[in-house]
Amino acid sequence: MKIREVATLLTADVFIGEKQLDSEVDHAFSSDLMSDVLANSGRVDAKAVLLTGLSNYQVIRTAEMLDIRVVIFVRGKMPTEDMLELAMDNDMVILRTHLTMYNASGVLFSHGLLGIQD
Amino acid sequence: MKDTFHIDREDAIMAYDYEVITDDFSRAGEASSDIKKKLRQVGIDNDIIRRIAISTYEAEINQVIHSLGGRITLLIRPDRIELFFVDRGPGIENIELAMKEGFSTASNKVREMGFGAGMGLPNIKRCSDEFYIESEVGSFTKLKIVINL
Repeated sequence: MKIREVATLLTADVFIGEKQLDSEVDHAFSSDLMSDVLANSGRVDAKAVLLTGLSNYQVIRTAEMLDIRVVIFVRGKMPTEDMLELAMDNDMVILRTHLTMYNASGVLFSHGLLGIQD
Repeated sequence: MKDTFHIDREDAIMAYDYEVITDDFSRAGEASSDIKKKLRQVGIDNDIIRRIAISTYEAEINQVIHSLGGRITLLIRPDRIELFFVDRGPGIENIELAMKEGFSTASNKVREMGFGAGMGLPNIKRCSDEFYIESEVGSFTKLKIVINL
């Protein structure tokens, strides 16, 4: 699925990464716990979308370490300036949706963007 | 016999040291980020860099949240990467327990930051080819990981 389609499905704001909206992603992971994202590092990679309701600097750091290129903040969570700067340094796409984590995940899942194998 | 945790800089192609400050969440991850960039510059395979980045970041976060401050040393050798994480205490009482998935002594503040799920050490072990840990309560925790190239 193209990142642009992800953004459209979630009626998301695009904070940075406008130029990369035509890149493809092929799986998603939703968590407020960065420990869990890191613990699944073998299966969450550069083609992943990370959905989270946690908005702090370490979310972007975690994405950076895992080469995750797309981070979506749910429930209208606002990324801070320094988060966006770090994301920009790492060529990430940062989106924000007003949907809840469950609904945002559900919308993407039902359109074919699946999660990792449990 | 050679001490496992002896940092032998001889024969290393490159060596870098990083200071890690207790409770400094705004800087947590800076060392790992720099290490990742350094490894990319020398042209190491992406999958290997990723495993190192994850291990380093987990260990750096551990030093920020649990230790009284520490140091990370990166040694790049022709056939492997060695990473040392040495802190100034307070040490781990029961390493076996600390290695158990889900066991954590992290504070609520740390959990609110998205960490402290008790997955750090097991994840570091999973990502590395060799893993050594030693700790003395009141003195230090030393962690060494090796990733073969």
